[in-house]
Amino acid sequence: MTLAEPRAAGAAAPVLGFDVEQVRKDFPILARTVHDDLPLVYLDSAATSQKPYAVLDAERAYYELHNANVHRGIHVLAEEATALYEATRDKVAAFIGATDRREVVFTKNSTEALNLVAYAMSNAETTGPEADRFRIGPGDEIVITEMEHHSNLVPWQMLARRTGATLRWIGLTDDGRLNLDNLDAVITDRCKVVSMVHQSNILGTINPVERIVARARQVGALTVLDGSQSVPHLPVDVVELGVDFLAFTGHKMCAPTGVGVLWGRGELLEVMPPFLGGGEMIEIVTMEGSTYAPPPHRFEAGTPMISQVVALGAAVDYLNGLGMAAIAAHEHAITAYALDALATVPGLRIIGPPTAQARGGAISFVLTDDEGRGIHPHDVGQILDERGIAVRVGHHCARPVCLRYNVPATTRASFHLYTTTAEVDALVEGLHGVRRFFSR
Amino acid sequence: MKLDSMYQEIILDHYRNPLHRGLRDPFDAEVHHVNPTCGDEVTLRVKVVDGVVEDVSYESEGCSISQASASVMSDLVIGKKIDEALELEREFLALMQSRGTAEGDEDRLEDAVAFAGVSKYPARVKCALLSWMAWKDATAKAVDPAATAAATPAAAPPAALDVPEQEKP
Repeated sequence: MTLAEPRAAGAAAPVLGFDVEQVRKDFPILARTVHDDLPLVYLDSAATSQKPYAVLDAERAYYELHNANVHRGIHVLAEEATALYEATRDKVAAFIGATDRREVVFTKNSTEALNLVAYAMSNAETTGPEADRFRIGPGDEIVITEMEHHSNLVPWQMLARRTGATLRWIGLTDDGRLNLDNLDAVITDRCKVVSMVHQSNILGTINPVERIVARARQVGALTVLDGSQSVPHLPVDVVELGVDFLAFTGHKMCAPTGVGVLWGRGELLEVMPPFLGGGEMIEIVTMEGSTYAPPPHRFEAGTPMISQVVALGAAVDYLNGLGMAAIAAHEHAITAYALDALATVPGLRIIGPPTAQARGGAISFVLTDDEGRGIHPHDVGQILDERGIAVRVGHHCARPVCLRYNVPATTRASFHLYTTTAEVDALVEGLHGVRRFFSR
Repeated sequence: MKLDSMYQEIILDHYRNPLHRGLRDPFDAEVHHVNPTCGDEVTLRVKVVDGVVEDVSYESEGCSISQASASVMSDLVIGKKIDEALELEREFLALMQSRGTAEGDEDRLEDAVAFAGVSKYPARVKCALLSWMAWKDATAKAVDPAATAAATPAAAPPAALDVPEQEKP
């Protein structure tokens, strides 16, 4: 199969200084074929991104030359490994506009970062008055949104269960945005923490963080932002956003799996109770009890994911080399192009904002055949795969969103810095093929 | 096209015109099974009389494979003795675990042999098994209302669930 020529009308304007074909050469997997000889059309970057040579080389070089445990040896390798590990902390801090490197905590992924905050809050029950801001109990409220990924939903349900607090949420409008009409009624004086997604993994919506943060601050609530789908795609600045915590994951931003980040405001991390106990997170240990290390190490118990952290540093360097503004502009152009192109497919309904305004490159949709009968996303995904096109199908770990829009599941195409208009064209052609297959 | 091995015409026919669909009374047990990774759901009822599967009725939502499988399964087991039907379930399970190496005995499995091609697609095997597992669970409950663990999907041979999860954030 050859990819269709980019459509003449409405072709995405190239972003100045961003050469997507050159970028693609940095990602070896994009050159492989699937099902014998079909080019891979990878439209599943919201699930995980592909990795450039720079990241693969960094992880390999770490093991070939510098491998040792960090923070505890006095030999050459231990010092080199520690320096590489800690260098990523500096890089990540700069990448998200943090003013202090100690505000960057390495976790396993976004899920662990979000759980860390949730468990710190229930652990506040057993710590001193310094942790009062984290204390939560019956009568207190936790606010999330209806478009959360399960990773920013289930930990808060669990926190509510552990503490007797009440979980509330901001609902959605029909076009896939947060319904802020009753914001002041949802976030009240009883609210202790507001946790929300920056860019939805299923709807693509980019949320108006500042408006919600402003309300949360009015009532003295902590704010947590799930940046899993925004940090890899947009310039993100924690000071500008004004949130208290930001969680994101490496594997969606060209780094390996197994490393994520919790950024937290310094004065909060300073008094935040730990989540996981163990080596590295302590100060003085006796048989009777322990005191804890200052942040970030208080929150990094045990041997960390050293090679992944080192490779995350390489990923940050790689993204900075291209420029997050240029990456965002490229993806915005691809998203606008894709929304237009998908609108030409009969029987296709977008679940999420219909325009590229305040929207990222994750596009969910449902499809019907010629007679208006639904074609299940599993079947859509299977037939696209036969053409070498990789999309995600299901409820995307955001089942309440599917319930809200009354669909059992969706098909989702998601883009990244290496996505081309030709790939979008292949998707559209593939969807016509799906409809032909099920209309026969 | 390789896909035709999975989307056999028989499967598409059952998908478009499912047999025995719709929940019916009377019934001895009702179960609700889901495939949490893809959102497929089935509510299934079983009526047993004198050791025979008198009726199977269901409401379900899901892909063509899971819908067609519910249709084929119910048509196959209705009227069979429970022991015979359970034997068919084991044969179908083995077929689904064959990774494309088995054809299935058409004299016994009838339309269900059309799912042989599905076994080549590990991510779809659980779609084909959803209604079978629900039926097995419901039948166990119908026979012995106290039974729980014995016939739940979790108790299926490990290989049945040994399929790659395609659903991750």
